[in-house]
Amino acid sequence: MKIHEYQAKALFRKYGVPVPEGGPAFSVDEATEIAAGLGGYPVVVKAQIHAGGRGKGGGVKLAKSHEEAKEYASQILGMTLITKQTGPEGKLVKRLLVEKGCNIAKELYFSVLPDRSNAKICLMASEAGGMSIEEVAAETPEKIIKVYVDPLLGIMPYHTRALAFKLNIPKAGMKQFGQLVNGLYNLSMEYDCSLVEINPLVITKEDEIIAIDGKVNFDDNALFRHKDIMEFRDLDEEDPLEVEASKFNLNYIKLDGNVGNMVNGAGLAMATMDTIMLAGAEPANFLDVGGGANAEQVKNAFQIMLSDPNVKAVLINIFGGILRCDRLAEGVVNAAKEVGLNVPVVIRMEGTNVEIGRKILAESGLQLISAVDMKDAAIKVAAAVKS
Amino acid sequence: MSIFVDKNTKLVVQGITGSEGMFHTRASIEYGTNVVAGVTPGKGGQKMDNVPVFNTVEDAVKIAGANTSVIFVPPPFAADAIMEAADAGIKMIVAITEGIPVLDMYRVKNYLKDKGCRLIGPNCPGIITPGECKIGIMPGIIHKPGGPIGVVSRSGTLTYEVVDQLTKNGFGQTTVIGLGGDPVNGTNFIDCLDAFQKDPATKGVVMVGEIGGDAEEKACEFIKANVTMPVIGFICGITAPPGRRMGHAGAIISGGAGTAQGKIAAMKDAKVNVCENLGTFGELAVKVFKNLK
Repeated sequence: MKIHEYQAKALFRKYGVPVPEGGPAFSVDEATEIAAGLGGYPVVVKAQIHAGGRGKGGGVKLAKSHEEAKEYASQILGMTLITKQTGPEGKLVKRLLVEKGCNIAKELYFSVLPDRSNAKICLMASEAGGMSIEEVAAETPEKIIKVYVDPLLGIMPYHTRALAFKLNIPKAGMKQFGQLVNGLYNLSMEYDCSLVEINPLVITKEDEIIAIDGKVNFDDNALFRHKDIMEFRDLDEEDPLEVEASKFNLNYIKLDGNVGNMVNGAGLAMATMDTIMLAGAEPANFLDVGGGANAEQVKNAFQIMLSDPNVKAVLINIFGGILRCDRLAEGVVNAAKEVGLNVPVVIRMEGTNVEIGRKILAESGLQLISAVDMKDAAIKVAAAVKS
Repeated sequence: MSIFVDKNTKLVVQGITGSEGMFHTRASIEYGTNVVAGVTPGKGGQKMDNVPVFNTVEDAVKIAGANTSVIFVPPPFAADAIMEAADAGIKMIVAITEGIPVLDMYRVKNYLKDKGCRLIGPNCPGIITPGECKIGIMPGIIHKPGGPIGVVSRSGTLTYEVVDQLTKNGFGQTTVIGLGGDPVNGTNFIDCLDAFQKDPATKGVVMVGEIGGDAEEKACEFIKANVTMPVIGFICGITAPPGRRMGHAGAIISGGAGTAQGKIAAMKDAKVNVCENLGTFGELAVKVFKNLK
């Protein structure tokens, strides 16, 4: 799960990580009010969307006066911000963050991220802050510093020292830097973060260290133990069909093609999408109904898949293990009767109770195209979408 | 012959009184697996069908002689259950549970380092040596005993698809292992490839990978240096968009790493026979494994 920058900064404050004074605004009036309360200009007006590259897209502006703050706030709020992470359709800006500006002497990069290759927590930093870390890694990998922490041991003072010396932190900022690294590590562990990233982390001309940006992502598997984080969820940032699917515990991701597909198991679902592509068509979604789905869940999945207006044909591919084919067939028949079938549906079923499942489908009176195996199914659905 | 589990496996089911645990315990017993005990804290002294239930894994080991554990415990408690099994001296732990918090598994992985035990999973279908021992949730009926093919996979139902096509084309399996779809898991491709290479009954291997991480790339390096039998490789997720988690917590392309294209290139470089289209896997198996039957 992703959250907004201003929400990430609220967590930073809780863990003693210095951030600029300021707060979120949902209207131009609110934004100017916050700006006026910061005790002087310049102030920074930042668009709050769940995508990076906001500055380059015109979503971050430095205002030198009250008038400028008002002007920028009204410009950014309500704009459709297009960055390299939003895709060409962009994102509508509904929230702002207004903050005090600071005297930047140096920009650093800092992140905490679990490294799956060695099961350690990686503290990653660089003196090449303010630019894309992927670019730094590709062009000047020697500028990236990595310190690994064993999660059973936890963070030790020597970890922090190693980072501080390699980053050339000024003496006056050492203590503050130590607190910051500890705070971010603890935040990451206590909240099951899949990423905590500050780019740039700034050293001011006064030798203060401040996080002027903040990005925090959470492990979806661990959200059950972080009810407070769930309140940060912004449904405007998510695809409405994906939100609907998540209510039924379905794994649904909307894509750009026109062949809807419903599969049990994430691996088989990906392989089915690939097979559709190899047959010359484009998948409209990823949809894993899960191993233990019942008829009700299959029905919900079917409805969500069909509510995407781009879907021109459907492929159902089920390898019944725990999910029995008879249950699947019941779900499909119920859903088809309730929502009505206006696109061709190809079904390929194999595994537990497949004979009963086929019988249910055959006796339903529905116009379904049955396939003998995956290749056959993909070819049939690709033909259906073209006709 | 087989790897990791066989007729001598004495299984304890952790979470045996839950609906999943109960259902799959019955299926395993029916298949012929020797289930000697179950564990559900607070239900010690009861029985699930004829299987004695204990409060702790320690009791299941001492009293019932369990040497292998399968975990059906819900996600919030699963990491604890794995560590309990390791602490009780279990040498083979198969974790089926899906949705364990990722950081919990980081702790488990570091904890297990000096315990001398093998973890398979989590978030996996389990492991089966056809005709001898089934541990997990895979449908037993699609498998064919006697080898000569070993199967190792990161996915669940995708593994069933591959096994089904092998069986339908007359190829039996020595052992089939699901490694699981999480970013951090116990046993990896290399562990299984190494064991298959050393198993006299295994004459060919199928390796099923997916996007995310670099486990397949590392496995290909190992194959280049150590594996002499024919290998068929398949990778799913060519159409997966970057930055999106495709169901499995581990299946995500991030920062340009973990793409299907990169993994397929690594396979080709290691002389692995790449299956480009799962729909035609059976035909490729016949071609590559034809002299092994």
